[in-house]
Parts: sequence; structure tokens; C-alpha cells
Amino acid sequence: MHRSITVTVNGQSRTAEVEPRMLLVYFLREVLDLRGVHVGCDTTSCGVCAVLLDGVPVKSCTMFAVQADGRSLTTVEGLASNGQKHAVQEGFKEEHGLQCGFCTPAMMLVASALLEENANPSESEIRWAISGNLCRCTGYQNIVKAVQHAAATLNPQPASGRTT
Amino acid sequence: MFPSQFEYLAPTTLEEALSLLAEHAEDAKVLAGGQSLIPLMKLRFAAPAMIIDINGVPGLSHLQEDRRGRGYLRVGALVRNAALERSELLKSRYPTMAAAAPLISDPLVRNQGTLVGSLVHADPQGDWGSVLLALEGEVVAKSTSGERRIPATSFFDGPFTTVLRSDELAVEARVPAPGPRSFGTYLKLERKVGDFATVGVAVSVSTERGVVTRAGIGLTGVGPANIKAVDAEQALVGHRLTGKAIQQAAHLAAAASEPRSDVRGSADYKREVVRVYVARGLHQAFDAKAA
Amino acid sequence: MAVTDTSPGWLGKSIKRKEDDRFIAGRGNYIEDINLPAMLHMAILRSPYAHARINGIDASAASALPGVVAVVTGELLAQHKLAWMPTLSGDTQAVLATDKVRFQGQEVACVIAEDRYVAHDALELIEVDYEPLPAVVDPFAALDDGAPLIRDDKDGQTDNRIYHWEAGDAEATERAFAEADRVVTVNTHYPRSHPAPLECCGCVADVNPASSRATIYMTSQAPHAIRTVFALVAGLPEQNIQVISPDIGGGFGNKVPVYPGYVVATAASLLIGRPVKWIEDRTGNLISTGFARDFHMKGELALTNDGRMLGLRVKMLSDQGYAYADAQPSKLKAGLFHIVTGSYDMPAAHVITDGAYTNKAPGGVAYRCSFRVTEASFLIERLVQSAAYDLGIDPVELRRKNFIRSDQFPYTSATGFVYDSGDYEGALDLALEKARYSELRAEQAELRKEGKLIGIGIASMTEALGAGPSRDYDILGIKMFDSAELRVHPTGKAILKLGVRHQGQGHETTFAQIVAHELGIPPDDILVHEGDTDNTPYGLGTYASRSTPVAGAAAAMVARKLRDKSKKIAAHLLEVAEEDLEWEIGKFSVKGAPDRSKTIQEIAFAAYTDHPPGMEAGLEGAHYYDPPNLTFPFATYIVVVEVDAETGEWKPRQVVAVDDCGVRINPMIVEGQIMGGLTEGFAMSAMQQITFDEDGNCIGANFMDYLLPTAWETPHFDLYETCTPSPHHPIGCKGVGESATVGSPAAFVNAVVDAVAHLGVRDVDMPVTSGAVWEAIQAVKGTG
Repeated sequence: MHRSITVTVNGQSRTAEVEPRMLLVYFLREVLDLRGVHVGCDTTSCGVCAVLLDGVPVKSCTMFAVQADGRSLTTVEGLASNGQKHAVQEGFKEEHGLQCGFCTPAMMLVASALLEENANPSESEIRWAISGNLCRCTGYQNIVKAVQHAAATLNPQPASGRTT
Repeated sequence: MFPSQFEYLAPTTLEEALSLLAEHAEDAKVLAGGQSLIPLMKLRFAAPAMIIDINGVPGLSHLQEDRRGRGYLRVGALVRNAALERSELLKSRYPTMAAAAPLISDPLVRNQGTLVGSLVHADPQGDWGSVLLALEGEVVAKSTSGERRIPATSFFDGPFTTVLRSDELAVEARVPAPGPRSFGTYLKLERKVGDFATVGVAVSVSTERGVVTRAGIGLTGVGPANIKAVDAEQALVGHRLTGKAIQQAAHLAAAASEPRSDVRGSADYKREVVRVYVARGLHQAFDAKAA
Repeated sequence: MAVTDTSPGWLGKSIKRKEDDRFIAGRGNYIEDINLPAMLHMAILRSPYAHARINGIDASAASALPGVVAVVTGELLAQHKLAWMPTLSGDTQAVLATDKVRFQGQEVACVIAEDRYVAHDALELIEVDYEPLPAVVDPFAALDDGAPLIRDDKDGQTDNRIYHWEAGDAEATERAFAEADRVVTVNTHYPRSHPAPLECCGCVADVNPASSRATIYMTSQAPHAIRTVFALVAGLPEQNIQVISPDIGGGFGNKVPVYPGYVVATAASLLIGRPVKWIEDRTGNLISTGFARDFHMKGELALTNDGRMLGLRVKMLSDQGYAYADAQPSKLKAGLFHIVTGSYDMPAAHVITDGAYTNKAPGGVAYRCSFRVTEASFLIERLVQSAAYDLGIDPVELRRKNFIRSDQFPYTSATGFVYDSGDYEGALDLALEKARYSELRAEQAELRKEGKLIGIGIASMTEALGAGPSRDYDILGIKMFDSAELRVHPTGKAILKLGVRHQGQGHETTFAQIVAHELGIPPDDILVHEGDTDNTPYGLGTYASRSTPVAGAAAAMVARKLRDKSKKIAAHLLEVAEEDLEWEIGKFSVKGAPDRSKTIQEIAFAAYTDHPPGMEAGLEGAHYYDPPNLTFPFATYIVVVEVDAETGEWKPRQVVAVDDCGVRINPMIVEGQIMGGLTEGFAMSAMQQITFDEDGNCIGANFMDYLLPTAWETPHFDLYETCTPSPHHPIGCKGVGESATVGSPAAFVNAVVDAVAHLGVRDVDMPVTSGAVWEAIQAVKGTG
């Protein structure tokens, strides 16, 4: 029943035997020991399991590990590079964008994908981009500021002043 | 939340996928975006013995327009909702679809979920069904015994049920181009991002010299399946899009709805929202035409 | 917004959180991250019925499934006298059902297996013979004669009544109503809600059969209290129980009670001799663990024609589910609900409360709330707005006319609270100014002419929090103090250990700042340790906004104890008398000779190397703080909404919050708490609700039906503050974590009602769905 899969995770090739019914989130957590990805609901609603699949945010609780065979994944553990925090990580700390921390890895990954696509997102573009991710602690406002903080770090241009 | 065991097959050609389906028709479920199927499996509401994952099948990711004749849009079975949301082609030529795409579930789910998968899932609260009914689209189904094109109007067969045979794979949705001087939108009342529609209304109108030549109205969440408000459509055809015509169509659409009272609202309320949204959608179409 | 304070010391400084680095690296350590060698996994079988007799359970097929180690049923637990356990309010609740199931989702059996997949596969093989019984869903019907008896397990329980309890002065209130020109009534249901932290509950129970030591990792906001409950329930020696709360992915009151999953996992580990892990799924979390609210309230306010409040009469029926399990320490049956006179100088009040059993999950947790003050605040603020409409007085003026004045503090309320301090008009005035209230009213009138609707809702809330004092508050007899232990190491670094347990509130930073302020050791040099009962002093836990009022005070007090000892050491080192020394943050110096000084770091080193003869070595101490009173933070929230007249859809356009929680230790963290609280207040007003059908089936046991707002619906907040210190707290703080959840729902609902008040609408029950608004408009259209 088990299948061998090979996945590039945070730049490293990883091969493992998995049962088809193993969800990607449990593959990351329990097979690869990457515990920054969490589980918060049963219905694809909360998004705390979000990871980047070939750079695109997806809910890893709603995908089987076998589907990731041959694909590239980024988890929170892959955000920092060479010991340097990613700008999004800095932003979350600087702007108090987290409290209990449970939704934070997923939020940061979604934010990093947004900034890849849109270097200077407006407040509503940020709110829209993270609307598949729930947070119960912050009220989102500081998450928005955290993403803006990261945008300013990555792209130190004056804000365009877009409001929509 | 841990699904039951299943056998996993990942065909790499369409022929292979179709012969697997023919062989295992009764036991197998097709996996494309998985955003409806996998949650059901996690909750063990669905426990297929076999999963046929078509994500490795080439030739199902096309989102393009065939310009022959009136022209039509082809949406392959692996086209994600996110691609539809971002499509300039949809924004310029298929406004009803362009309006609906961003309202499907949430951004992460749109990165995986597909239009064709949503149609096949046939949730009466699914948005794409109403859009396809309004636009008179069709579903292209293939099997080892051939291909057939099933009009949206006869595709749905009740809640979570379609006329698709278990050996058939829905490979594409087709949507006729509304043509020049056509307008449309999709309005959705939802309680929050990611919610199913309390009420969804798809409208599409084509005109010539100010007179409606074709009207499409699809309703979401107000019946046992998506509803095509045929009386309302017919009431518009041949008439100018006046306030009076719009009001009449809105009333007929509300009359065509069959909502049930639930936590999302009473039946009376949902019927009224159908009326208001159809009127608003048509007014927006009218305003867009004027612009 | 937070302004950087440049004053000396560490209070009022928005320093970045010390705990963040591990979370942003994905290196938090939550319950799901705890894995032990030879660990087994547990899954729970739940009842599909709300009320049914259990005629038998056949677990043979499940037990035979390869990988299954044990199937635990109520019958097995009963053999160990563990089938029932006490609730936090002294009632009982089943661990696993034996005789009957009493709510849909009740725990019936548990499978212990080698992995979670097998555990869940086995659940499907357990056959339970249920005999369905009529379900009691409506709490009013529950009290009717002849209603099916839910708790037939309890000797002497002949009906579904749990309690009847009154507060205030009935006679004085009757007199007030007799004198009144007007009586305004609000009938409302504060819906059943659920805290729904994003991390569900769970535990890893590890009972070592050789040493008999039980180490239980669990998602608990109150690990010490849990340890004692476990000792009392299971008869285990308390020194052999270690409860460890690792990082907690949100609590909001949900993680205060003891749940059956914890108990069964621990019992299973004890019986099997291997660690057992239980991680709840979301359905289990929403369907079975501590709900909140669910009060049916009728409030009547007696007034004079010119708007003077004379008296308040409240009747409340609480739908408790099948067990009275309020997580509340008050000796009073309805918690602190009798604070229902709110911010107003109410001459008389009478509160009548009843609690009823129904076939629903037990709970009544303090969901971001100090024990039922949320329901009270909502009722009085709704009443004030209704009264304003009926009297033709602006809701602002009616509030102003009746506020407890600043010069009336300490103020004794008609139901017996002694409010410590306040300036309600100051908070209101600032909120009005920031919201541009008079311009809003003008805009509202203009827009109405165009058929457009906006509404302005106000709530001026006061709450009571920070339990103890211990004379009034206890949980199962354990007094509501809290504690801190502080040890300064020879190098001048320190560890602060607390009896509370944070779930995101920022204790690791805030409490380090308190000690830093008192001793001058920088916060970065202070490790704050919580959540391990072997290594922290006894405390009652983090909920009901009590950590800063109680444990924060303990932290300040223990630091002062160490400062006193430091002074003696400094005097010894400087060879002067103690009276000759003066303290500025971080050092003692000789009066008149400021160059002769010893820093706290030098003193700490001396405490281990050169302490005075006759003095104990070391620099450490403990303080158990018993607060003299509750603290009474207050706020004014103003919400502006736009309402679609045709469909009832509404959305917030502006939210202004003026909070006064006394002294703010870390303004950034305080504002984070307020924004989180406002969001949950918005969520409750707009969408959160757990409902049941007539058979008692729970509608809302997942996030597709129990709705939590995303960033898209959640409004932007404008925050402001006033500062009225608590006179009795060592550093002037009041609690704040819950103020906005307590106060803001009324502001949101008041705003929606205000938008359609000119049509005659006076009330819309929560959650205020678009459909509910539309129905309310239709209802008044009908009556013309």
C-alpha cells in the first residue's frame, strides 16, 4: 500500500514511503519532523496548515502526501536563510503580528507568497490574500502592519498610496 | 481527521485514466483539486476504495478561447479557480465568470480547487453551477467508449448528483462567448469569506440595438440544485432593459427559487435577496452597457 | 496608538516580545509537538444522539483490529470509580457515558492504538446499542412539569433545575419601579458561543508504572488547579503528578476545565503503562468542550421622564447543558453576572437567575470574559440605548446623566460590588471626539433622506476582574490568589516563575518588564517560566483577565522583597546604614554621594559571594498575592455601521475604542489584546453561534457552520486610551485582555439597531445576520 515519494522541501530532496491516506500536513510534521505546520480544523477552513507548493499557498490538510511527489514545498522552517530571518518574520515580530503563534507560520508563508507577487500591497490586498487563514488572537490589524513592514524592508520604495 | 484506507492511482495519460475509470468505475473517485473530496474523506463521509489522481494527466490544464463560430471558452479539468480569478480573458469577455471566480471559497482553496471539479461535485450551494446555467455552458465527458457534451441544463440531477456516468471523466467545461454588447455579473451573499452562498445570482445579458437577445439567470443556494430562472430569462428577451423589465424579471426569478429556512435565513428572506440581487445584477449590466 | 515612553524604568514601554522568536521560526512547542517513546494514540467515539439510553456496547471487533491496544468504555472506568468526575462548579459530569448519553457528541468510548489511523479505523467498528429518548433542547421547556428528566443519575434531582439565585434588593427595586415614569424592557438571548482557539485541546499522559509518577502534558490554562483536581479525582498522590502546559495555541477560556479526554488518556496510560496521546479534532472541540454564554435575559430599566435611572430588574435563565460546569470561582451561582448595573449609578437593582439542564454539552466557560460579565454588560448597554430611543434622549446624554461620577469612587453598587476607580465620562468624551460623533449624527440624517442607512452604536462598559480576593473566590475550595517566585542568579540574570499560564498574552515579556521595573534587571536578562507544576509556584491560572491583576502584582511584590534584601546587601558592601541608601532603578547609592553605589548585578553577585554575616545566601523569594478587591477597567466603544436597507447586509465602517485599564506595562501588547478582543466582540455580534435542531443535533460543530471572521470581514480599529490607575494594585494595573470582548458586542448591535431605529426597530438578537436585520425591518413594517 505504501508508495515512495520524493519531495523537495525547503530546498532539500526528501524521499519517504507513505501510506496514500497520509495527509501532506502529517507527512511534514511526523515524517519530516517539520512542526511549524499545524492542524486547526477538519474542514479546510482555518488555514493554519498552509505551506507553499511550488511557491503557491495551499492547505496541506487538504492534500495527500502522495500528491506532492515531485513537487517543491516551502514551510516556515524554510523562510529564514543563512541564519537571517525573512523580512516577513521580522515584520511579524516588529509589529506584534502574533500572539499565541499557532496561525503564525501559515500567515507568514501566505504573506511571503503575496509579496513575491505584489511588492507593495495595500491593506485590502493583504486582507484579501490572508482571508483563507484564521487568527483568533490579533484581530488581523497587526498582521496587516507586519506584512506592510516586510514589504517596506524588501522593497524600500515610497508607498504608492493605493487604497483598494 | 484521518481518512479511511484507499488505493491510490496516478495515471499519466488520459487513456490510462479513462481505462482505470472503466475498470474501477464503481469503487473509484477522481481527484483533481480535492478541495471538496478530501474534506469528505477526512470526515469519513466518503470512503472510496480507490482514488484516481488526474493531476499528472497532460492536456487538462487549458484555459483558452476557441474563436470558431460564436466562439467558446474551454476550461480544462485541472484549471484552478485562482487561474480563473486572474484571467484577463475572463475579465474582458466572460464577466459573469470573472465576477464569480474570486467569490469561490477562499484564496488558498482557489489555488487548488477547480471549476470542473466543482461542477461534478454538484453542491446546490456551489457557485459555478449557476454560472454555467446562466451562460448555457456544457460539460465535456470522456470515457473509453467516446466523448459526449452535456449541456449544463441537463447536467445536474439533484443535490450532489449529476448525469455523469461512473466511467466518465469530465475533462472540460465549455462556455459560449456571450458576444459583443454582452454583460453580466455574479452576486453572492455570504456570511464570511469561505462560506457557501446564502444566495448567489449569476446574470448574463446580450443585447442588440438595445434589445435583449439572450438572457441567462442562474441561482445558487435556493433550491435542491442550482436553478436556471427560465421564466425570468424569457421575460427579458425581446425587450429593452428598462427598470420595469428588470423588476419583472427579478420577481420571476424570485418565484423560481425554492429556498428553505435555515441558519442562513428564512425562505422569505432568501427569496427577497434573489429578487434584489437579480435586479441589482441586471441594473449593473445596464449601467455597464451605458458606460 | 502606542507611543514610546522615554521615562526611566520599564513600565509603559512597547518592547518587542521575547517569546516571538521561537514562534516565527516555527519552533513553538505545542501539545501536538510532544512525542514520547512507545507512545500510543487515543481517539474518542461520540454519541450521535442528544439523549439516549445505552443498552450495550460491543467493542469486540474494534478490539480485534490489529494495532488496537485497548477500548475504554464507561463500564471499565466505573470499575475504577472514574466514570464520573466533578465539574468546576461542583456538579458532576460523565467521563465516558455509562447509563445514558445526555448530549450529541458526548464521549462514549475511547480507542487506544499504536497509531492514530488505526485508532480512528477502530471507532467505526464499535457497536453501541442506543435507545433514543426525547431531547430537552429549550431551557424554558426544561423547567416545565413533566419535562424529561436529564440527570436521573443524581440522587434527589427530580427536575431539570440547577439553581435559583438572586442578588440585589427586591423591595427597593419594586419601589423604584413604582416611582418610575417609564419602564424600558429588553428581551434577548446571548447565544451559545464557543471560544474556538485555533489549537484544539489535547494531552500526552505518561504514567510510569515503575515510579508511579504521572507526567501529563496538556493544553491547560490552569495546570496547578488541574493537578489538584486529578489528585482528588483519581486518588493519586499529588507529588506524583506533574502537569506541564506547553505552548498553548489560544485558550480564551476553552482550556480551563478538565475534559474527559484528559482523564481517559491518563487512566489508559496508568492501566497500560505506556504514554497515551489524545489530540482533539475540531468537531470534538466544538461539540463537547466548554461553550460560553447562552443566557436568556429580560432586563427592565425604570427611569424618570428626564432620563434618570431609578432601578434595574433582571431575570435570566441560563442554558447550562447537561452539567453545571461553569468555570467560575464565585460563590454566586451566575458568576459575576450581577455587575449588570454596569457603569451607571443605579439606586436599586434586583437580579433573579435560574439555571436549567438541557441535552447539550456542558460548559459555561469564561470565554474571554470574567465569569459572565459579558452577558451583563451586553444587557445594560442594550437597555440604555432602548431607553434613549423611548425617552427621545440621545444615547450619549442618557449615559452621561447616569454615569457613576469620578468623585464617587470607591463606589458600592446596588448588587454589592465595590468599584475601585473610574472616569467614565472621560472615556466617553474621548471616544466621541475621535469618532466625530456630532458629525456622524448629521451625516446619518442626511443619508436617510437618500434612503441610505448608517448606524452609530455606543457601549460604555465596566467590568469586574482579577479574582480573588480569596475570601470571595475559590475553585473547588482552592482560593483565588496567585503567585510568583523570583531568583536572581549570581551574574545578575533572573528567572521568574509564575502560577499562571499564558496562551499568547505576552507574559514572557510583560512580567519580565514588571520585575525589570522593580529591580532594574533588563527584561532580556529575565526568563519567565510558566506552566510546569513541578517548577512553578502554585497558582490558579490564566483566564478572566486575572494574570496582570493578580500574578502581575505577585511579580511586583516578590521583586520588592528582593529589593529589600538587596538593600541590606548594598549597605553591607558600601559599609553604610540602610537608611543612608537611596534606590533608583537598578542601583542603590549613598545619599549625597551618588558615585558610591552598587548595581543590582553587583548586589546579586555579592548575595552568593559576599553576603552579610548572619544573612541567608542567595537572592530569591516568593510571593503569594491575595488581591484586596477586583479591578474595574472600563471603556467606551463606538461602532459605525452601514446597513443595506433592502437585504439587511451590514458592515462596520468605523470602530473607535477608548480603553482604560489603568497603567499599561507594555502598550503594544495591551493594544494587541484590545484588537483581539474587539474582533471576538465583532464575531459574536455578527456570526458566532452554536445552534441545535429540535432533536438536539448540534448545528455548528465545524468551522463551516460555526463562523469565525477572517481579515476580510474584520474591521479596522482605532484605539485610544485614558489612564485611571487601580488604587489597590501595586503598580496601578487593571486587567484588559477581555474588555473589548465584554463591551464591544453591544456597540456593534446598538449600531445596527441605530441604523434602523427610525423605522421602529428596537432589537435584533445576536448573531446579527443580514436575514435577522431584514426580518426585524419587515416586522415593524407590518405594525406600521
